[in-house]
Amino acid sequence: MAGTKLKIKKVKVGLGTCGIAAGASQVYQELESLGKKEGFEVGKVGCLGLCYREPLINIEGSFGRVVLGDISPSELKGAWEDIKNGYFPEEKIIFDGQNYRDNFITRQKRIVLRNVGLIDPEDIEEYLACNGYKGLERVLTWEPEKVLTEVEKSGLRGRGGAGFPTGLKWKLTRAAPGDTKYIICNADEGDPGAFMDRSILEGDPHSVVEGMIIAGYAVGASEGYIYVRAEYPLAVKRIEKALKQAEKKGFLGENILGSKFSFKIKIKEGAGAFVCGEETALIASIEGKRGMPRLRPPFPANRGLWGKPTSINNVETFANIPWIILHGAEEFASIGTEDSKGTKVFALAGRVKKTGLVEVPMGTSLKEIIFDIGGGIKEDKKFKAVQIGGPSGGCLPDKLLETPVEYRALTETGAIMGSGGMIVLDETSCMVDLARYFLTFIQSESCGKCVPCRVGTKRMLEMLNRLTEGELSSEEIPKLEALAHVVRTASLCGLGQTAPNPVLTTLKYFFSEYDMHAKEKRCPAGVCTGLTTFVINEKVCTGCGICVKHCVVKAISGEKKKPHRIDVEKCVKCGLCLINCPFDAIYKV
Amino acid sequence: MKKVKLKINEKVIEAVEGKLLLEVAKENGVRIPHLCYEPRLKPYGSCRLCLVEIKGERKLQPACATPVKNGMEVITDSITLYEIRRTIIDLLLSTHPEDCLTCEACGRCTLQDLAYEYGLRKTSYQGEKPHTPLEDHNPLIFREREKCVLCGRCVRICSEVQGVDAYTFAGRGFQTIIATAFDEPLSLKNCEFCGQCVSTCPTGALVSRLEMGKARSWESKGVMTTCPYCGCGCQIVLKVKDNQVVGVESDYETHNRGNLCAKGRFGWEFVNHPDRLKTPLIKKKGKFVKASWDEALALVAEKLKFTKEKFGSESIAFIASAKCTNEENYLLQKLARVVFGTNNIDHCARL
Ligand SMILES: Cc1cc2nc3c(=O)[nH]c(=O)nc-3n(C[C@H](O)[C@H](O)[C@H](O)COP(=O)(O)O)c2cc1C
Ligand code: SF4
Ligand code: SF4
Ligand code: SF4
Repeated sequence: MAGTKLKIKKVKVGLGTCGIAAGASQVYQELESLGKKEGFEVGKVGCLGLCYREPLINIEGSFGRVVLGDISPSELKGAWEDIKNGYFPEEKIIFDGQNYRDNFITRQKRIVLRNVGLIDPEDIEEYLACNGYKGLERVLTWEPEKVLTEVEKSGLRGRGGAGFPTGLKWKLTRAAPGDTKYIICNADEGDPGAFMDRSILEGDPHSVVEGMIIAGYAVGASEGYIYVRAEYPLAVKRIEKALKQAEKKGFLGENILGSKFSFKIKIKEGAGAFVCGEETALIASIEGKRGMPRLRPPFPANRGLWGKPTSINNVETFANIPWIILHGAEEFASIGTEDSKGTKVFALAGRVKKTGLVEVPMGTSLKEIIFDIGGGIKEDKKFKAVQIGGPSGGCLPDKLLETPVEYRALTETGAIMGSGGMIVLDETSCMVDLARYFLTFIQSESCGKCVPCRVGTKRMLEMLNRLTEGELSSEEIPKLEALAHVVRTASLCGLGQTAPNPVLTTLKYFFSEYDMHAKEKRCPAGVCTGLTTFVINEKVCTGCGICVKHCVVKAISGEKKKPHRIDVEKCVKCGLCLINCPFDAIYKV
Repeated sequence: MKKVKLKINEKVIEAVEGKLLLEVAKENGVRIPHLCYEPRLKPYGSCRLCLVEIKGERKLQPACATPVKNGMEVITDSITLYEIRRTIIDLLLSTHPEDCLTCEACGRCTLQDLAYEYGLRKTSYQGEKPHTPLEDHNPLIFREREKCVLCGRCVRICSEVQGVDAYTFAGRGFQTIIATAFDEPLSLKNCEFCGQCVSTCPTGALVSRLEMGKARSWESKGVMTTCPYCGCGCQIVLKVKDNQVVGVESDYETHNRGNLCAKGRFGWEFVNHPDRLKTPLIKKKGKFVKASWDEALALVAEKLKFTKEKFGSESIAFIASAKCTNEENYLLQKLARVVFGTNNIDHCARL
């Protein structure tokens, strides 16, 4: 291509929330004015998943398609002359027309994310061009039972966390007595650090809508709800658009594609409570009640929304459905392991070089995800742990890096698959502090209904707080562990039942850190400020006085050009002096 | 009613299919501790005290919400269950003011009983306690909200039985409380002051103001009687100390299932009131003078007879009272129609 003037037809900008945060809107504006001049169209795509390379652009034309990353709005104009002439800046190329140049993406298997980042989510034509709604067309020629069998045969298990077989859930809902039935799409995605479902909804909303319509046909429902958190305004907007377009094309509404089957979908915006992701709380929330879980049984398949049989599934679960219908259950089942079929999307974050969305076949090891796809640890520091499964997941050490991502293997380690959060930690993280962080979240999100979760997690958190301040004795650690077990076995819903996981797994795999905090009153990673002291190395200090200016509590004193001192009584351990000392004379002990 | 056979702690028991395990156990002398269960309310399962082991179930199940099935094998006591129950009570105590000494509910508080049974003299946890302001704005219901164990019984009885919905859960996590809308005083809300919530509260968080300070729970004895306010005839138990009425409650084992309205529950102070009329009064020379029942009835009979003879049947009208039973009201209309020959009979409930 180099040297020939390219015929550029369309340039699409990655306008997911992540892209926008990285400045993609300015890139979009810039391209719009260029496009007007040079006669190409400008469009939007969702997030391709390479968050660390945003903003991203897709350039399409007679030459095919090229994806570039790290586009800064200010450089774009200058670089455009070269791009136009087929000279793509090497270091920015992600997809060169034939191949992806980045391990991050070549090592993935994209079923759920098949269109995300590639098609314009606001244009149904682009979805249709990628076999969109072909799955729906096909199932309408089948008996609903055949759809159930197909989904069951595929081995698909729910991606919302619990991994319940989707085909079976649909079967139970279909078999439940009653004429009125509902489909609910759980797009609450409350785990901090998770953004799989948001990216799917922002990048390929039609795949979820199509999955829901197929589900409705299979279970005999005529109405569906998408419960999405109001903090996802872009996702909400794109679903709204997708629903309108699908209706216009006859994929939604009365007598879909001329059949006897009618289905409509409503959006319900949630106020953003983690517990509202729990299915019975979510249903209560749609009904206008306080989002509080209730006892199961009865399960939603029998008594769900407004007391009617309801199948509630996760966004990612639905996005798999059209693919399964089109490619067949066997092909889906050939991917993954005995226990878990297909792929799983993870939101890879934390101290890895490459962060973003990763979709891998089930059974891929944690090591492959973190090191081959994620490129290893930032600044080549040492890997310490990976927190998998969100705030109610577990923290696994390096000796478990070979663990394959599948439901059974992960549960055996004490972690859970969860919905797909994966946070990588390096040697600078304190495991006690980490457990404390997640428990703080869980405690503030507990619905308060049952005692073990409402009070138990609070007391656990207080013990951890005291531990990070050096005020918990080592004799109290078994008490913490015993309480964690009670919370786990006695809580009413999944929130409480999984809440102790971060504590139990860190106790199991990183006990020495707990012990050091309790016995030696020391935080080995230097994170717990209650246990660290800031000291000035008198040999290195030049007495420049910069630290004195930064210390807000005036804890540092000393004569000019003579070594300074920190008054530990006054010091609030904010760390400003340490960051600002030009001679690295300040350290933590 | 289909009967099923199940095993509770190795003992074979026969029960009606579908009945709640907790109730079946109780009938057979097996006590399973509980706080949020209440026979008047739908199963809720939030206190987690009644968790039991059921063979074949992966997780522990709340006995208060589990219907019995044929062949079920249940263990209601084990080391795990004991540990869970003791921990839960310990946790509840850790949120509690622990001032049983002067608490109004002392002696009839489920939390206190459980702490005693599990040998917890005080909590083993340190940490924050809730600081929920008390509600002291009305003359009938005193809400000492720091004593609340959040069993939700008040919320549910007000919603499920009364249909009023004055209460709700509010807040999250440890900050969760029972509140009215916007957490305003009950008197400003839709509350009807039936006191049903007071009757179900297992702790001292909701108490009847009228009873406060009048008697420790063990000082009064119960006298079963019929509520004098209306024809429903709810059964009430007057709490009597030193021959004075100090409060009212009602049992579940009555036709009114322990439910009472505002009058029955709170309207008993007249019993001890100095102004209360205890004998009939007859007006003599413009002044009311005490009389015996015989005297009074004789006078009424004589006057009625005289009026009928002098002015005819249609000159008399009868008004029946809602405080009387159906049978009494029936008799009064008979008296009107048959004895006095008039159809002038009406009822105060129509006025
Ligand atoms: C505290 C809690 C939070 C949850 N949050 C979510 C969520 O954000 N999204 C989701 O799909 N499922 C969530 N779940 C799981 C749902 O209860 C339910 O199992 C799931 O939506 C079923 O869909 P699936 O079968 O497709 O996985 C949560 C569960 C719990 C206990
Ligand atoms: S476990 Fe927690 S979130 Fe779930 S019902 Fe109990 S208090 Fe609510
Ligand atoms: S007194 Fe009656 S109406 Fe008022 S809050 Fe209690 S139960 Fe509800
Ligand atoms: S006030 Fe009483 S009945 Fe209501 S939740 Fe609290 S303890 Fe239970």
